[in-house]
Amino acid sequence: MLDLSPQDWVAVQLSIRIAIVSTLIALPFGIAIGYVLARKSFWGKSVLDAVVHLPLVLPPVVTGYLLLITFGRKAPVGAFLADHFGIVFSFRWTGAALACGVMAFPLMVRAIRLSIEAIDRRLEEAAGTLGANRMWTFVSVTLPLALPGVIAGTMLAFARALGEFGATITFVSNIPNETQTISAAIYTLTQVPGGDRAALQLAIVSIIISLAALMASEWFARRASARLHGN
Amino acid sequence: MLSVQVEKQLGGFSIDVAFASESGATVLFGSSGAGKTSVINMIAGLLKPDRGRVVLHDEVLFDDEWRIDQAVWRRRIGYVFQEGRLFPHLSIRHNLDYGSWMGGHAADPAAFAHVVELLDIGHLLDRRPGKLSGGERQRAAVGRALLMRPRLLLLDEPLASLDAARKQDILPYLERLRDGTQVPMIYVSHNAAEVKRIATRVVRIEGGRVTATGGVELLN
Repeated sequence: MLDLSPQDWVAVQLSIRIAIVSTLIALPFGIAIGYVLARKSFWGKSVLDAVVHLPLVLPPVVTGYLLLITFGRKAPVGAFLADHFGIVFSFRWTGAALACGVMAFPLMVRAIRLSIEAIDRRLEEAAGTLGANRMWTFVSVTLPLALPGVIAGTMLAFARALGEFGATITFVSNIPNETQTISAAIYTLTQVPGGDRAALQLAIVSIIISLAALMASEWFARRASARLHGN
Repeated sequence: MLSVQVEKQLGGFSIDVAFASESGATVLFGSSGAGKTSVINMIAGLLKPDRGRVVLHDEVLFDDEWRIDQAVWRRRIGYVFQEGRLFPHLSIRHNLDYGSWMGGHAADPAAFAHVVELLDIGHLLDRRPGKLSGGERQRAAVGRALLMRPRLLLLDEPLASLDAARKQDILPYLERLRDGTQVPMIYVSHNAAEVKRIATRVVRIEGGRVTATGGVELLN
């Protein structure tokens, strides 16, 4: 029933790759920032909080534009990364992953922060009396107890990254085989005569991927939560 | 073995307590809100005194003048909390092993077997804390604190959350603990009947001050 063109298949693969890479790279930062926002109080915390949440409230096109003037090939940070580390974002799939990661980040941080805030800190005290320093307490108590929230945040971020459109197309454009994700491909197909059928097929693929991700995360979250409350 | 002299201001409540404790079980006895838990939290390192000195086996754990404040995780003081505080994501076996993992010493199977037998928790090892009864949980919490090889054991109202019948079940375990291990105990309680059998020495605390020290006769 699905007869996608090779280019559309590339768009599907690119979307999945971009969503996975951006989510996995965002995850350690999301855990770190979620922990800091949940636990630490410091000067400028509300600023950090606002900056992290900015992509949620800004128009995606604005986020994409800000990325362009920061990480573009000739922009300050972009030029530095390209010259010193050979990392180029502009008009590459890596740039799409960056845009998706930035857009998905607030959702991830929010879920992780809430789950860390919900942890009974007295358990961490108990770990301390048993000889665990802060790092071990985090690894052996805080993180496992926050796991359902970490999974939920990862899933939200993945879904957001999969559907990202505005920031990506502004930052890295819509280049087939490089930065053209499912969303961008559907958009392109709806702009040309006779593209309806292919657009519908891509839409179905997109729904299948999203549902599969949702079910997988539900399954993981249920297992994690059963571990916490089970026998 | 343990000498404590601590002062702490907590809002409008002030604690100024000094006592020393030898081997056996020293009971910190007093009504709720007398500051007993704050005192043992200061011994454990969970609460920082404003002034004072805590010395365990000739090692200074805290001294404000010398600016010594040893971190909680370096003190090797076992703590049995009122609510157990078992790790819900770990089986009882892994809860018991936690202290030796973190202390970096290999688990000692003989000690493990001894503690499991002493507290009668062998049938719980593969279960998680979630569905255990209060008494089972407290026994596991005692075992966890013992297996970290503590230099001192703090027990904060370990029986308070249990009904009378359960208390009678667990008291013999605590007596065996006092007599069967060389670890000195500080036992916090407001219940004279409960600690009569345990105490070798009593420190009575009221309103953040020590009002009497002596033997079991103070509980009458």
